[in-house]
Amino acid sequence: MAVGVRTQDLRKVYSSSPPLGAAGGFVARADAKGGKQPKTQIPALDGLSLEILPGEIFGLLGPNGAGKSTTVGVLTTRVRPTSGQAWIGEHDVWEEQARVKHLIGVVPQRPNLDFSLTAREILIFHAAYFGIGSKLRNDRADELLEKFKLTERATQMVRGFSGGMMQRLSIARAMMHDPQVLFLDEPSAGLDPQTRILLWEIIREYHQAGRTVLLTTHNMEEADALCQRLAIIDHGHVIAQGTPVQLKASIPGGFLLRLRFGNRTADLLQRLQSLAGVREVRALDDTADGAGADVYADRGGSLIPEIATLAANSGADLSDVHISEPSLENLFLHHTGRSLRD
Amino acid sequence: MNWKTFFAMLARDAHVARRNAIQLLLQTFLQPLLFVFIFGRVMVGSGYMPAAYKSLLLPGIIAISMIFTGIWAVAMPLIAEFQWTREIEDRLLAPIDVAWIAIEKVIAGMLQAVVAGLMVIPLAWLVLRPGVDISIHAPLTFAVIIVLVATFSACGGLALGCSINQQHIGLMFGMVITPMIFFGCTYYPWSALKTFPILQKVVLINPLVYASEGLRATLVPQFPHLSITAVLVALLFFDVLLLVVGLRQFESKAVS
Repeated sequence: MAVGVRTQDLRKVYSSSPPLGAAGGFVARADAKGGKQPKTQIPALDGLSLEILPGEIFGLLGPNGAGKSTTVGVLTTRVRPTSGQAWIGEHDVWEEQARVKHLIGVVPQRPNLDFSLTAREILIFHAAYFGIGSKLRNDRADELLEKFKLTERATQMVRGFSGGMMQRLSIARAMMHDPQVLFLDEPSAGLDPQTRILLWEIIREYHQAGRTVLLTTHNMEEADALCQRLAIIDHGHVIAQGTPVQLKASIPGGFLLRLRFGNRTADLLQRLQSLAGVREVRALDDTADGAGADVYADRGGSLIPEIATLAANSGADLSDVHISEPSLENLFLHHTGRSLRD
Repeated sequence: MNWKTFFAMLARDAHVARRNAIQLLLQTFLQPLLFVFIFGRVMVGSGYMPAAYKSLLLPGIIAISMIFTGIWAVAMPLIAEFQWTREIEDRLLAPIDVAWIAIEKVIAGMLQAVVAGLMVIPLAWLVLRPGVDISIHAPLTFAVIIVLVATFSACGGLALGCSINQQHIGLMFGMVITPMIFFGCTYYPWSALKTFPILQKVVLINPLVYASEGLRATLVPQFPHLSITAVLVALLFFDVLLLVVGLRQFESKAVS
């Protein structure tokens, strides 16, 4: 029986610097009353509600500092929310911590392997913490070492491992107790393309065994390729949620044309809006070298001649065009006015 | 309470301690044994110190070894694991209440402190002999004091390990451990401070005083020492205080 994940109206304000991997958020300064020094308040989550269905691969997509790691932290008993609730299956994360920890496996953003142990011992002791018997944990450790191509290094201390090997071992460790819900925080950050594909295969396989997977990423291809459903988050709340196809379809038009003009003329935006297939036009801030506009449209390249003609006729002097096809990047840009990579 | 998890974590610490045994032995025993050799053999042998000093010195050396071992065994891994390697997260995610992870650390530290305390006796005896006049007059009291001192060292390690930044480790040894050892009545009995009446009162806030005096009272009662009751009450007080502070600090580090 697969297990789902739910959060309701999660808020988290860090009053000191947030833990590594959950750093970010936007810094606001609230002067403490009568205090000597203004206290730094960092809101990381701002009313985040999510429902992840049992047995799905769910992605949290957002830029650095959006609140992804903090959300994972709250769901995995590592970050206490300022308010709101979180459940793994039927269990309240903050009421039934030990029960919840049985159900989850966590792959952190930064490897946190036990440096005093060898690769194999890390897996064996991890399973022992979860009360798994000696025979079973030995068998499972061998199986996972094989699967993650670590058998040859099994008896070595992990201190000298490469980043990719540590990441693989972290995932193997999280799978040792066969958790119902697997959390992966930026699992492919810093991995070479080959290892990334191995990782994706392993995640899909784990999901096919009836497990729920929640991963965070700021990589749109990964979210698109791997996740059945996604939530796009920014500034600690969900700005869009759905399947990758639904989300992409929700962008007006789908295509995004970023235009730059030498100078802006008064009726330029209105005239762009009146072109066939254009769904939405947004003015960008003027800069020293001219003005810009984002055009969301049903078509891409075929609009360019019309735009060029229009610009020439109105004296706006088209200087640069960038066309992108329907993508999650465009969706994010549409909602926030910023790129995911910013 | 999940005992399987608890014992698995103890097994992990025992495994790591075994692996680092030689390093642990050197860092625990080298300094006290050098001290025993210089003060117990060289100074006494050359006549600068009376022969009785050998016996007076031994309980203090046991106390130092235990305190140093317990603090080191608990505090150093915690400082590194919380702030740098994040290794402890694996155990924080084990299906057990977070406070029990801290208690496991304390138990592991206590065991190491007891082993250190009991090992230093024969080692020091080998260096000092002949002329050491120690005997365990009240085995039960001795055992209770050993356990209380071990608890104090491990709880102290927990409180320090969860309160100190990595860059302040040197400061911890310079400003906390070293004065504690020198004002801990380790190399002299508390009564020797009677010519410094203010200092004699002030050092009573140092828990190591009770550890040294307690061991002196049970191993070499022929020398002046604090009353056993005062020692037991004070050690118990410091154990509870440091455990409460340590647990609170641990939980605030474990959950952000």
